[in-house]
Amino acid sequence: MLIRTNDSGFNHPHPSEITPRAAYERRQFMQGLVAGGAAASGALGLLPGVAQAAQGDAGYTLSGKLATLPSMRSKVSGAATMEKLTAYKDATTYNNFYEFGTDKSDPARHAGTLRTRPWKVEVTGLVGKPMTFGIEELLKLSAQEERVYRLRCVEGWSMVIPWIGYSLSELLKRVEPTAAAKYVEFVTLADKATMPFVGSRVLDWPYTEGLRLDEAMHPLTLLSFGMYGEVLPNQNGAPVRLVVPWKYGFKSAKSIVKIVLTDKEPGTAWNKAAKNEYGFYSNVNPDVDHPRWSQATERRIGEDGLFARKRKTLMFNGYEAQVGQLYAGMDLKKYY
Amino acid sequence: MQKNSSQATDAVLRGRWVKPLAFMLCLVPFSWLLYAAFNDQLGANPAEALVRSTGDWTLRMLCVVLAVTPLRQWLALPSLGRLRRMLGLFAYFYAALHLLSYAWFDMGFELPELLRDIAKRPFILVGFAAFLLLTALAITSPKAAVRALGGKRWQMLHRAVYLCAGLALLHFFWMRAGKNNFAEVFVYAFIVAGLLLARVAWRLRSRRQAAA
Repeated sequence: MLIRTNDSGFNHPHPSEITPRAAYERRQFMQGLVAGGAAASGALGLLPGVAQAAQGDAGYTLSGKLATLPSMRSKVSGAATMEKLTAYKDATTYNNFYEFGTDKSDPARHAGTLRTRPWKVEVTGLVGKPMTFGIEELLKLSAQEERVYRLRCVEGWSMVIPWIGYSLSELLKRVEPTAAAKYVEFVTLADKATMPFVGSRVLDWPYTEGLRLDEAMHPLTLLSFGMYGEVLPNQNGAPVRLVVPWKYGFKSAKSIVKIVLTDKEPGTAWNKAAKNEYGFYSNVNPDVDHPRWSQATERRIGEDGLFARKRKTLMFNGYEAQVGQLYAGMDLKKYY
Repeated sequence: MQKNSSQATDAVLRGRWVKPLAFMLCLVPFSWLLYAAFNDQLGANPAEALVRSTGDWTLRMLCVVLAVTPLRQWLALPSLGRLRRMLGLFAYFYAALHLLSYAWFDMGFELPELLRDIAKRPFILVGFAAFLLLTALAITSPKAAVRALGGKRWQMLHRAVYLCAGLALLHFFWMRAGKNNFAEVFVYAFIVAGLLLARVAWRLRSRRQAAA
């Protein structure tokens, strides 16, 4: 009756499963060519099928539902886990995006109303050069990189997603944060006309999130415009979102319209809603439980069978080597 | 006229096929879940879907079984009473499936971990208490138990079904509290409160009629 594996849920790839660097780079190169070609052929209405078949080599096929977003391999350390990717269908139908409803299937059903063009992101506060960027400008601000990150939700499930974007630091450098700037606040869209659940009292809208400036400047902190070779689907935070892979998913604000640099820790939407459950830091930490459930294990969506044991959650979601020093000496039970 | 139509309906409900039909209806959610689980119809997180839907069906069945007495009284349909025990046992069946899926899919059947989880988390503890209480009601559901306990005592015990419903609601409320998402909790609470009030109203009415 009990179906168990011997790995106690701690499933790292065998060396033999890891793609040799040469092959990986070749794939990335091919992928760039194909994505570029797909963009061109898409514009001409030609050969989308060819692009999809070739892209399969990169671990996924384009869904063909959205515009492609060409990208290069990221050189950032830790930016490409080799774990099995979550299926596109699961990553785009199992979402938390409360502006469109609280059920996991609501965002995919309701986010079609979101208008992602025109779109502007205002960057302001304690900066030398406050600026407002149009989305087209933002897309071209730095080279688009593909990064395969683990995503761990505070609810105890996880995915592996190939995001496209560039380090948030690329953007922040342009606006020249002043010496007084210590934190970065992210404000997301709250449009009652297109987001049916804004107006419910579940959260204090608009959804806001925040990072300490050094966290925001960390190369792994990604300003993301796409996933799986294409631009972001609306339910995943189109047209621009944050991805902070060592923190619980809710720290990664979706559909961002404003970024404010401040000298005080900004209030965040979930912290305001339930202070004792969702702290400001919200680093993935198997040793600090959520008040209502353990964070020691997680269920990898679509991969572990119904009867498989859940896998062990890794400190900082497995990015400890990259980000551990940001929290040296901090009591992570207090600053959860 | 109304009395006649009530009597007619009551006679229909007395029919031989009514119990088997109700039995089949109560099995529909279970059959659907079984089908969905084997045909990849439960979405991206099937384990969560199973835990949640068995919890939902427990609450729904509790509402159904609590509706029997008020419907019987207000609509003058005494034959509805025949269905009550079966409906109650189905509420227990879905509660047991709910506990089983939590223990299996969430806790991997690790007993120490399960006990630690129950002790540590009030909302799990409350849900577990509701299950234990429902177990007591299920065990004492046979007619032999009614005889053994005596009608009065048996009835006292089985009034605990309201406590079960209250604990189940608290369990659900607490589960949703982290996300301030109470809409569904309130729907169930409203129904349970309404069914409780219907009993109080019936009792007041009978007392007034007795006095008159």
